[in-house]
Amino acid sequence: MSFIPVILWSDALVFLLLAAGIIAARYIRRHEHLRLPWRRVAQSGVAMVSLLVLALFTTIGLLDTLHFRTALPQSSSGEKIYSPEVLSVLDKGLEPLRTQTEKTYSAPFALQLYARESVTDEAGQIVREFPRLQYGGAHLADESQRTADVLQRGLIGALGGLIAGVLLVWLLRARLQLRSLRVAVPAVTMLIGMVASLAAVYHVLGTDKVGQDVLYLSLKSIRTGLIIGTVTTLVTLPLALFLGVAAGYFRGWVDDVIQYIYTVLSSIPSVLLIAAAVLMMQVTIDTHPDWFETSAARADLRLVALCFILGLTSWTGLCRLLRGEALKLRELEYIQAAQAFGVSSLRILTRHIMPNVMHIVLIALVMDFSALVLAEAVLSYVGVGVDPSMISFGTMINAARLEMGREPMVWWALAAAFGFMLILVLAANLFADAVRDAFDPRLNRS
Amino acid sequence: MKSILAVLVSVLLAACGGQWNNPYPAGDAGQAIFYTAFTERPKHLDPAQAYSENEYELLANIYAPPLQYHYLKRPYQLVPLAAREMPEVRYYDAQQRLLSADAPSQTVAFSVYEIHIKPGMRYQPHPAFVPENLHLSEAALRPVHTLADFAHTASRTVTAADYVYQIKRLVHPQLHTPIAGVMSEYIVGLKDYAAELQQAVKAHPAGFLDLNAYALPGVEVVDDTAYRVTIHGKYPQFTYWLAMPFFAPMPQEAERFYAQPGMQERNLSLDWWPVGSGPYYLSENDPNRRMVLRRNPHYQSETYPVEGEPGDAATGLLADAGKPLPLIDQVVFSLEKETIPYWNKFLQGYYDASGISSDSFDQAVQVGVSGEANVTDAMRAQGISLSTAVATSTMYTGFNWLDPAIGGSSERATKLRRAIAIAVDFEEFVSIFANGRGISAQSPIPPGIFGYREGCAGRDTYVYDCVNGEIRRKPVAEAQRLLAEAGYPNGVDAKTGQPLVIHLDTTANGVGNKSRLDWMRKQFDKIGVQLDVRSTDYNRFQDKIRRGDTQMFYFGWNADYPDPENFLFLLYGPQGKVKFGGENAANYSNPEYDQLFMQMKNMENGPARQAIIDRMQEILRHDSPWLWGFHPKNYVLQHAWLHNVKPNIMANNKLKYWRVDVQQREALRQQWNQPAGWPLALSAALVLLSCIWLWRVLQRREEG
Amino acid sequence: MIAYLIRRIFYALPILIGVNLLTFALFFVVNTPDDMARMQLGIKRVTPEAIEKWKEQRGYDKPLLLNSAASGTDKMTETIFWQKSASMFVFDFGYADDGRNISREIAARMGPSLAIALPTFLIGLIAYVSFALLMTLFRGTALDIAGVALCVVLMSISGLFYIIGGQFLVSKLWHWVPISGYGEGADALRFVLLPVLIGVVSGIGSSSRWYRTIFLEERSRDYVRTARAKGLSELRVLFTHVLKNAMIPILTGVVVVIPLLFMGSLLTESFFGIPGLGSYTIDAINAQDFSVVRAMVFLGSVLYIAGLILTDISYTLVDPRVRLS
Repeated sequence: MSFIPVILWSDALVFLLLAAGIIAARYIRRHEHLRLPWRRVAQSGVAMVSLLVLALFTTIGLLDTLHFRTALPQSSSGEKIYSPEVLSVLDKGLEPLRTQTEKTYSAPFALQLYARESVTDEAGQIVREFPRLQYGGAHLADESQRTADVLQRGLIGALGGLIAGVLLVWLLRARLQLRSLRVAVPAVTMLIGMVASLAAVYHVLGTDKVGQDVLYLSLKSIRTGLIIGTVTTLVTLPLALFLGVAAGYFRGWVDDVIQYIYTVLSSIPSVLLIAAAVLMMQVTIDTHPDWFETSAARADLRLVALCFILGLTSWTGLCRLLRGEALKLRELEYIQAAQAFGVSSLRILTRHIMPNVMHIVLIALVMDFSALVLAEAVLSYVGVGVDPSMISFGTMINAARLEMGREPMVWWALAAAFGFMLILVLAANLFADAVRDAFDPRLNRS
Repeated sequence: MKSILAVLVSVLLAACGGQWNNPYPAGDAGQAIFYTAFTERPKHLDPAQAYSENEYELLANIYAPPLQYHYLKRPYQLVPLAAREMPEVRYYDAQQRLLSADAPSQTVAFSVYEIHIKPGMRYQPHPAFVPENLHLSEAALRPVHTLADFAHTASRTVTAADYVYQIKRLVHPQLHTPIAGVMSEYIVGLKDYAAELQQAVKAHPAGFLDLNAYALPGVEVVDDTAYRVTIHGKYPQFTYWLAMPFFAPMPQEAERFYAQPGMQERNLSLDWWPVGSGPYYLSENDPNRRMVLRRNPHYQSETYPVEGEPGDAATGLLADAGKPLPLIDQVVFSLEKETIPYWNKFLQGYYDASGISSDSFDQAVQVGVSGEANVTDAMRAQGISLSTAVATSTMYTGFNWLDPAIGGSSERATKLRRAIAIAVDFEEFVSIFANGRGISAQSPIPPGIFGYREGCAGRDTYVYDCVNGEIRRKPVAEAQRLLAEAGYPNGVDAKTGQPLVIHLDTTANGVGNKSRLDWMRKQFDKIGVQLDVRSTDYNRFQDKIRRGDTQMFYFGWNADYPDPENFLFLLYGPQGKVKFGGENAANYSNPEYDQLFMQMKNMENGPARQAIIDRMQEILRHDSPWLWGFHPKNYVLQHAWLHNVKPNIMANNKLKYWRVDVQQREALRQQWNQPAGWPLALSAALVLLSCIWLWRVLQRREEG
Repeated sequence: MIAYLIRRIFYALPILIGVNLLTFALFFVVNTPDDMARMQLGIKRVTPEAIEKWKEQRGYDKPLLLNSAASGTDKMTETIFWQKSASMFVFDFGYADDGRNISREIAARMGPSLAIALPTFLIGLIAYVSFALLMTLFRGTALDIAGVALCVVLMSISGLFYIIGGQFLVSKLWHWVPISGYGEGADALRFVLLPVLIGVVSGIGSSSRWYRTIFLEERSRDYVRTARAKGLSELRVLFTHVLKNAMIPILTGVVVVIPLLFMGSLLTESFFGIPGLGSYTIDAINAQDFSVVRAMVFLGSVLYIAGLILTDISYTLVDPRVRLS
């Protein structure tokens, strides 16, 4: 099957971030004084396990970032025509989960729909009953076999995962010195194995209102969350860094102007500012439908724009922090000396001031990540979040909120969003803590 | 933490004995109050401006127009409310000669409606009827914050002149009356009158505009209890308008009162504080929290109907026959923006009746073996019962007739639309999203409206088959065949090889709409067509519709009155949105249809009209400019203590017929809302234990 | 001091003008006055004349920023921007699109907002500080570690879940308080309890951790070591020295939000149906009611600036070395 790779805007930004990350990592490896704090991070068991979890999430997100369009099978005229549907490698990998949709709600591991339906039975009578699912557990004859089957499949999957995990640890034994990691890796692979083996025949986390697999939705949400958390920093970072440092270093009218800008921005209640900007962006997108070849491209641009807007409204805090730091730094003797020697301001800024505030930037970035992931859910509630057709934690929670009122309650979609979000944000928070501890010279490490 | 809990316990205990969660003040207990909710604050309460459902829910109980719909009888039937009897109509030709009642409609140049109102009807108590209050000084207004701050109120008798005054208000230059355009077409002289008023306002922009200083020839006062309305041509639907608050009486004092300086900035205006002669008046108006209707002490003109439909006596609907209305003293509307709290409060007994949202529906209703809806066992045990009625509205998806790909009368486009019509399975939509609360539509006309045909005879033959006397949607294979014939085998354009992409515009942005869009996409997937959903905000959507920049769009229509004309005009060519700014958002136009529409419009119901409507529907089904969608069903769930509830889609003034058994409500609420004590005890114990433990650890440390 | 205040207020003017311009620009790029009229007039039977009439009555028939038809200063003043902005600076917000007086609405809604926000703030402050003190007191023990872990978990949960979960448990299952709504006078207490509780709990994670860091930093200072060497008990050291000195960063960090308490909480208010300023704002966003949105933005900015000034003043109060000049 032939296909054409598609690079959406957000994909490009993710690749850019990835490249920047790799370059930064190589630079740090070559400089001992920069490596030192990272060593401290690497020695922390909690941090490394969080990193493992984050890496797992990032892998899923990256797989979901490799987009392509498949060619349509029948093209009468010689030229190749591609389907307007944009898929990702993750979609391909989860093909069964994506395409095996039921009619409506079904509980985790259920064999039947969650709602009764009128069915005509053999005698021609109309009866109300729970119809069997089209895919979930379709290989079983009836309910009684389920427990044994779930146990068996789960066990096999877990065993497979465990073996793979242990093998992995053994192969990397030289690198994996931490005991916590040696336990965590097999545990994670075991879980993956178990879920994979079960998800092949069941809806492990149930299905939503239109019968989509909740596990699939949750996995797809990861990319949205990660992008909001990372791409936003692409905007925040240069703005905050340059403006903050410039304001602190030059003082005078530069400082006045920059202070004015960020006071104006930060004095507007942020939800209102974001709402206004998002509405504006939406209008622009709506009035130019010809910009987008596919609906995925439109939803994607909206996501990117949301990141930019979040970035534009959230750089002020970091900027203020950096300004303060720069004010302090410029009074230091070696900078005074550099000035006396006539070193250009730009050089002083890039060579002396910026490297010395990098730890603040880093800490702020890792701390902001989780806040941004959480913010997405709230913004979607207010109606200014991601495109409604985009799968994200916010849209999942929003849809699931109404399901709480049903009885019997439809809890699984909410629980899945809660669980995945908690794991992601928790890992990010724990990792951020470790980074802060390692980099912040003020903290006493007793 | 401990202190919080202590406060919690004491406050809850002090607040309200047994029911900690009772959202109403303790003083309400034991009173004949009906509790309900409003989800959106009404924009207008001025009868000349209000037009939406949520506004009418209040207004219809406050104002008394000449006519109303009979509460119990079906099909819907107009009966007098403020009028003494049904108005008599006389037809005249262009030379003012009286014609017979059955004169052909082409010869009728004018129709004259003479309306006699009941004598002795009185307005609600209101400060505007106290003469001193019409000349208030700045100082006198200073202590006033709401209408209740006026010490004195008074009332007066309703006169025919008040009805005439309100008709004049429909074209008041400072008001936005949605039906001003329609009425100007019909009421003789209204258009010139509006122009005259416009001039007058330009000349004196600041002063009070006295509508009575200008003459409106089409509307005249006969005497204190009678007035006459003259209409161009024949327009039988006019009597329906007479049942809407647009034609309620309005005392000129009210306008003078609110026009005084300082009133507007205190939010005192007719738009917020109605002055009516109906069974209730608005005694409290806090649109952020609650609105309260109280019984109008001067309302004596009406009693509970003594006859209804055949089954009504058996179900107890006639138990109160002949009793003076209203039966409930007070109605409390609380603001409830979220569905879940609304639903839960209903279950706890704090709302007496509830419409149900789809998501709570499984809990409430199970569809019985024969297809009729019934409440679940759990709810029946609570005494909750259910009544249903198909709404006189339609939810459709229009195709833009002007769109080159999907619109127009070419065979290709027609087949494409029919293929989509078969593929989009609205029966499934209704079962997933509305829990069966609706029936799939076969044309724009919903059941209960003249022209609708039951069963197989009324089906859309292009989309449905008839199997054993039941309507059955054609198989998807048929849709695929049609699609291939249209030149898009498997959703790919046979000529260019490009996949077919269709755009759907909606305003669906909010909670829970994602699943609807996902579902829609699934339907198009069945025939291999790509659906691209473009959801936009309301303004942009309107804009696109106006410019005709859409392919498909979601829309709905709620009837003004139960007449097929009110539905079929939605597809009448000269109503085209893009060309004429009318209500035909699909911009559909078919000369034969348009001609039949003009013919059908002013006919009396009868076999001749039915024949024309049948033909019109056939044209529509053939061209299929809409996916007919479905007619939603309105459900009302009510508690055992609420009596005399019968769904009535047309009437909004239902509150006056209802009755509440207060003792029963009190007892059941008490039983359902026993607070759970164990979590309190548990957390208190936990806090206590951890305090002790902490203390001991600390002591040990200090020692060691 | 007085001179300082006057100067700060004077500085606030350009900021408010900037805020005003920005909101104006953002809003009118999105919406034309025609859109606003259509939004307000509804969906059925709306004629172009009705839209013109609506615009004329509300003063939206003028040009946006520059009136080229007028002469002299009228070029600037006979515009929507000038007409709608000038009155704002004397706190006359005019009328909302639905015809209600905005100033009155704000006055009426401030009460409920404060009734939620103030107790949440105060109880929260006390609870977070006590919890942080507790963790500091038991520094290094299992309690401390468990406390920090709990904080991290709590702050990793989206605020939406606290509200959904709290409403479900407390109101629906346990029947303790009304599910939503608001009452007058003492009756309001029952409606306020749950939102306040949820507000306090949802903030525990991040705030307690922050206070803990401050306390730990303070505890590692020399004077504390001296005090301990003098033989003071740990408890006394903590309360008399650490807490007292940590008050400076705590106070100054907290003062800035006090004026913003008036603005209410968007989420809590709309979930619990509390008629405060937060739900007013959300409604205005959804209804795209420009007059209300910009009034709220203006109010928010004023309060934010007030918070900054208050912070400066509180510095001088807690730390006599700081002088305002």
